[in-house]
Amino acid sequence: MGLNGYQLKSITQFNILQAIYYNEITMIKYFLDFEWKQFFRSSYWQKSIALNIILALFGIYMLLSFLTLGIALYPILKEQFPADSPLFKVNDFLFYWILADLFLRFFMQKLPVMSVKPFLTLPVRKSKIVNYVLGKSMLSFFNFLPLFAIIPFGVFAIIENENFLQVLVWMFLLLIITLIVNFLNFIIESTTSESDWAFLPIIVIVSGLFALNHYDLLPLYSVFSKGITRILLHPVLILIPILIWVILYGINFKLLKQKLYIDASLKVKSAEVQSTEMTWLNRFGSVAPFLQLDLKLLWRNKRPRSSVFIIVMGLFYGLIFYTNPMYLNMTPFMVFVAIFITGVFLISFGQFIPAWDSAYYKMLMSQNVKYKDYLKAKFTLMQWSAIILFVLSIPYVYFGWDILLLHFAAMMYNVGVNTYVLLFAGSFNRKKIDLSQRAAFNYQGTGAVQWLVGFPILVVPILFFYIPYKFINFEAGVATLIVLGLIGIVLHQKLMQYITGMYLKSKHKMIAAFDQAT
Amino acid sequence: MIQVNQLSKKYTDTVVLNLESLQIPKGQSFGLVGNNGAGKTTFFNLLLDLIEPTTGFITNKEIQVNKSEDWKYFTSAFIDESFLIGYLTAEEYFTFIADLRGINKEDLKIFMLQFAELFNDEIIGKKKYLRDLSKGNQKKVGIVAALMGNPEVVILDEPFANLDPTTQIRLKKIIQQLVETTQTTFLISSHDLGHVTEVCNRILVLEKGNIVKDLETSEETLKELEDYFNV
Repeated sequence: MGLNGYQLKSITQFNILQAIYYNEITMIKYFLDFEWKQFFRSSYWQKSIALNIILALFGIYMLLSFLTLGIALYPILKEQFPADSPLFKVNDFLFYWILADLFLRFFMQKLPVMSVKPFLTLPVRKSKIVNYVLGKSMLSFFNFLPLFAIIPFGVFAIIENENFLQVLVWMFLLLIITLIVNFLNFIIESTTSESDWAFLPIIVIVSGLFALNHYDLLPLYSVFSKGITRILLHPVLILIPILIWVILYGINFKLLKQKLYIDASLKVKSAEVQSTEMTWLNRFGSVAPFLQLDLKLLWRNKRPRSSVFIIVMGLFYGLIFYTNPMYLNMTPFMVFVAIFITGVFLISFGQFIPAWDSAYYKMLMSQNVKYKDYLKAKFTLMQWSAIILFVLSIPYVYFGWDILLLHFAAMMYNVGVNTYVLLFAGSFNRKKIDLSQRAAFNYQGTGAVQWLVGFPILVVPILFFYIPYKFINFEAGVATLIVLGLIGIVLHQKLMQYITGMYLKSKHKMIAAFDQAT
Repeated sequence: MIQVNQLSKKYTDTVVLNLESLQIPKGQSFGLVGNNGAGKTTFFNLLLDLIEPTTGFITNKEIQVNKSEDWKYFTSAFIDESFLIGYLTAEEYFTFIADLRGINKEDLKIFMLQFAELFNDEIIGKKKYLRDLSKGNQKKVGIVAALMGNPEVVILDEPFANLDPTTQIRLKKIIQQLVETTQTTFLISSHDLGHVTEVCNRILVLEKGNIVKDLETSEETLKELEDYFNV
């Protein structure tokens, strides 16, 4: 008989307490263990080491940036504002820091809702699950990142003989602020994540606050600065931010606990359908059914729909560069902008061909679908997107006829070259896409192919332009792009035949890959 | 109609299917039974050229399925929900399949009329995406789509699972009727021995990828199958 049997026999008050305590520890141990396994056992991790390395490098880069900021900030402030103490001066900038932090988190940090469904019927208290999820969120990378700036700054302040207590309070206060932003973000996210325009509120809030401050309607930065100064002078007041933090935690706790029902957040929502016939597509002949399917795909699923919204951002992309005289002299760089503006949809849609259809790829492959038609539909969609985007970008002629000419050349190049490059690259695509997830900063379904294809799509045309531009003139560069595009259009049948062959060859590998869970 | 020659499928060292030879004549309703891992779905996947055989080949109406795609014109299948397009409504899905199979709008309407009873007002005109339908209703959509365009070969993997009893009975009737009137070849796998003996006139029992029984359906077949699986 084991120890458990013995314990069961003689349950005393003490033993019950011990059992509860034991249960507490083991539950958390299990949670952590599952978390770990979920991360390392997902086929996603195992297959996309390259992506993880890139993300890790990005993380290290961020860490170093913050470290540099933390080290350099104190001396810089001292030099720039010799009259003020850097420890107090720095608070003038905290408002912007908080805004930026909130903004970045919204797009990059996800509510750490682990797959709680299996736990709901097990004897685990819901509050424990929620506390665990929220507690874990505090250990996020985004909360450690600021420490790399806060601690060096604090150390400098101590070395420079600032008031030791004040420095400690300041460092602690910033940590609290970081955690406040952490939970504030989750509240914003959880109240908006249902909608497709989820990114709008955060943009409105952040830019609204920024504008209020910027146009001196409400000098928030000085409000923040004064508040923090007061806390530094009267450390007891730090209880106020702590209280805010506790309240935000409480709100998050309530929000999350409400969601732990399978008919609340865990349930798939069903939407009313707006049926459309799209008969105007019929003139595309045998390609029409696929075109209709693609358009519905784009409009009815979160992830691809976001790639439609990216078009809007892409169209305004030129404003950043064309309005700035610094860039106008860098003509080759303008090629990049032109390719991007006319090709933004083509790139964001094309790089995931045929993974968009991964959920029902088996069905497509067992129907009497001609691969050629299937690919032709994708091609047609990309082609028209480039043409339409060119037309929409005509107002840029305001910045010069050269720019319009460049846009035209870029459009031709996109239609005649980039479409094929993307279709070709797609035949190496082995990652399925979860259509229901949002797109901004969503790396699901991104594989080595997507990273590799970026180079020929965006960089190669610059080279094609640059060489004749350098040795002859601007018009020669433009002509080169146009001619390359024309060659692609002329060779359409041949190229499509070749690409179709590539897809046929990798058909079974794709089916097998798309069949796997992500 | 369907010929299997020295067909086998191996994953690393495990043989999941090994069929020396098998003929399925035109118009037969062919049932496939076997416990999990017997190789039923593997066989269907091979027949649809969704996976590659390790050795051997299958011909469908004299067309080798992994060499030519011409079998797709007269073959249709419903294997699982991944054959559905989740973001379409049932009507849109049927229209899409009809387009692929060259059925015009009028014929599609007439075709759909036959299934009004089967759909029981829960599928057509409901303004719901397929992904939001219940498992059973999804299955109905998939099966009906597989019957579109007068296919000569219809492959259904576990068509009765997840269906309510009424629909199971209706589906059986539909299949029986099609077999009698149109000479359609059906390949059906099922875990329900009762249904499969009712619908199929030949039943093949697979175990770990091998054929262990090949029965003409008769009065005793159900008893024989029950005895076989009762271990």
